[in-house]
Amino acid sequence: MNVPIESPEVLDTNKKRSVALRSNTLRILGSWRLAGIAIPFLILFISLSIWGQHFLTKANLINIVDQQAATLAIAAAGTLVLVAGGLDLSVGAIYGLATVVSGEIAEHHSAWFAITVALLVGLGVGLVNGMIVAYLKINPFIATLAMSFVIGGVALRVANNNLIVLSQNSTFYRFANAELWSVPSAVWIVLVFIVILALLLAKTTFGRRVIASGGNAEAARLAGIQVNQVRIITYALSGLAAGLGGVIDTSRLLSAQSTNGGPTLTFLVLAGIVVGGTSIAGGEGSVPRTTIGVLFIALIYNGINLLAIPSLYQSIVLGVIMLLAVSIDVRVRKHRL
Amino acid sequence: MSTGNLEEAPRSTAANTGGDLVVTRVSKRYGGVPALNDVSLTISPGTVHALVGENGAGKSTLGKIISGVIGPDEGTMSLDGVPLSFKSPRDALSHGIVTIVQELAIVPGLTVAENVYLGVETSRVGFVRRRESRRMFRELAKTVGFEISPDRRAATLSIADQQKVEIMRALARNASIVVMDEPTAALSGNETVALHEIIRSLARDGKSVVLISHFLSEVLALADVITTLRDGQLIRTVDAKDATEESLIEGMLGHSLLTAFPEKTIPEEDQTIVLEVEHLSAPGVNDCSFVLHEREILGIAGLVGAGRSELARAIFRDAKVSGGTVRLNGSELAGHSPSRSIRRGLVFIPESRKEMGLLVGRSVKENVSLSRLDLVSRFGWIAGIRERRKVTDLINAVTVKAASIRMPVSMLSGGNQQKLLFARSVMCSPNVLIADEPTRGVDVGSKRAIYDLLSEMAQSGMGVVVISSDLEEVLGLAHRVLVMRHGRIITELSGDRMNEQVVLAAAFAESSNEGTNP
Repeated sequence: MNVPIESPEVLDTNKKRSVALRSNTLRILGSWRLAGIAIPFLILFISLSIWGQHFLTKANLINIVDQQAATLAIAAAGTLVLVAGGLDLSVGAIYGLATVVSGEIAEHHSAWFAITVALLVGLGVGLVNGMIVAYLKINPFIATLAMSFVIGGVALRVANNNLIVLSQNSTFYRFANAELWSVPSAVWIVLVFIVILALLLAKTTFGRRVIASGGNAEAARLAGIQVNQVRIITYALSGLAAGLGGVIDTSRLLSAQSTNGGPTLTFLVLAGIVVGGTSIAGGEGSVPRTTIGVLFIALIYNGINLLAIPSLYQSIVLGVIMLLAVSIDVRVRKHRL
Repeated sequence: MSTGNLEEAPRSTAANTGGDLVVTRVSKRYGGVPALNDVSLTISPGTVHALVGENGAGKSTLGKIISGVIGPDEGTMSLDGVPLSFKSPRDALSHGIVTIVQELAIVPGLTVAENVYLGVETSRVGFVRRRESRRMFRELAKTVGFEISPDRRAATLSIADQQKVEIMRALARNASIVVMDEPTAALSGNETVALHEIIRSLARDGKSVVLISHFLSEVLALADVITTLRDGQLIRTVDAKDATEESLIEGMLGHSLLTAFPEKTIPEEDQTIVLEVEHLSAPGVNDCSFVLHEREILGIAGLVGAGRSELARAIFRDAKVSGGTVRLNGSELAGHSPSRSIRRGLVFIPESRKEMGLLVGRSVKENVSLSRLDLVSRFGWIAGIRERRKVTDLINAVTVKAASIRMPVSMLSGGNQQKLLFARSVMCSPNVLIADEPTRGVDVGSKRAIYDLLSEMAQSGMGVVVISSDLEEVLGLAHRVLVMRHGRIITELSGDRMNEQVVLAAAFAESSNEGTNP
């Protein structure tokens, strides 16, 4: 050693001011992304509270979240898939499969058996998705799109193309409709699921691996991360969430049909994630933001109903908002890299 | 045939022959690092003008400036007395200057004739006149003496034939100056001979060929004029008949400024072997064997494309290995998993930190702890305070200057980014470190700091492998040097034999000499 290593103390004193300055800028930049969705959400919420009749009632608010329970769960898991650099277009189909599987079984067997099997089916299909993407190296867009057709066909077969209707006085009904503090269990279940996924992504080593795999797969691999394994787990979680969503809605509505969910649900989930500011390019994203994104879209739909605006404007507004969200993301990325 | 006397080179044989291309005091920097400094030269019609130099000497940069791929920061160019300023290769093309690069630019789905006339098709109201272009193709093929069917799909051609297509494309555009960057690097022996004949015939027809080549014997056989570059400076331009292989190597080496290196602490004789590579073969790697002792720094030298990075990645088990064994601390490393290699005590710092090393949009903290998240977590839950403390210690140890460990890596300088990869490696507490181009794109100060780090790591008991295109760096750091060429370890040098002449001679030696050096 001929050259002394610059001592950290010297560095600290020299840079103290710029440290404070920089880290403030960074904190603002970080929270700015959350604000990007939270502020529009709040503005919309307050406007609806003022102008929308019956908006700010407990019944309406609980109803919104209850209706969105499945979408919220699936979008939370879908966020992890996107952050890891993947994409899951089969969630609508898995949801449909889970509804008919749980419905068919609940007709003849115990409720918990029906729920467990439907969840395992979702998890299993998700695992298959993940393995197809990881090991066959098929582009996730194509792989999960193809899988959605396969799953849709299987669901049709399971239900024999029938509408399954269940009786109201069952354990199965209580799964999503039991109330605690007058909030239905569907909301509680999904809340717990979202919190777990949010912590998983933000606070655990697994979350770091997810971010690394999506941010720079090559670098992640050379740093010793098993990118394939990480991605497979995110697809499995996405499948599990779609299964959970299917079970919850079957229990809530006491009916199941193989065509439930489908592309409409898939795209609504994606819209929620993207409006929440998670990048399609991977490597960045947040479950809480996705949750706000999904609820934001729900509020728009709800508000348009309450304000008696023709419903055709719903999709126009949603489309424009998505374009805005994505263009903001593109700008932020350019700025940071 | 061109003569030694440039002024008497035939000028009037072809209508499209331009005058002298004069490059005056051209400079180019990449992010503050000078790649080319105040270079002037004249390229005359009817000559083959070779550019030679080490990796990074600036010859490709000069070739790119001449062909309009990049613009110079300073300096001017003129053709036949008319000043030139190119905004794109297309501009250069309109002045008759064409480049043929290593990565060929043919369209595989089109036929040979379609490729040759791509963008300059003779057409009538938008329809390509096939028969016309085929006739023109035959004429062109005849003048250059190529035998290629105009209707073959380009995808089915050999690389040499694809190169012929590129050359014909250049001629179809009335090129008067053809820049060729390492044209024979991908060719077999016969194909090389054929290409040499083409280059000679181009010069005979009054065109100028700017030949950038690593192969000195090729340069001496073909060129009329040879310009030697070193560290972005023009060393000298000489008549080829006055040059020898020795004089060229001497010019390429020169006596450039020595970066200070840490003092070498060559380990005792009987150190334990930490890494043992036997008959290892993988894509780009051919039957490589060597051992690495603890406390030793082993350098791997060779030209770009000699298989150095491929060897590193094969050892690290990142590439598919087709044969041979790697033993780490005496037990075999098998399979195909970088993560296992890291757990077993082998870490690898890849050559391009942005593409292969870092998550540039993420924080310093996340980038450093990535390989050993288990050290800063409990049951998968990241312990924030422990991680901050650990990362702060590490980046201080490797002298990273970062305002905050939460700032994104993209805001750091190249040198600091590189040091982060060292911090990550140190965190893995490895027995063996392989660093591929550890100082590429790094400022001089950080270079020295990285040399110190490598030296310290070796002294602490690790075995260190340094791969570098910077010969001075390899010789300044390493206790022992392996020279690679064409995927093989050609020679091992230590002690007095470790000098630039010997390394360069081995790295540049032609395939005909293969096997003379055990």
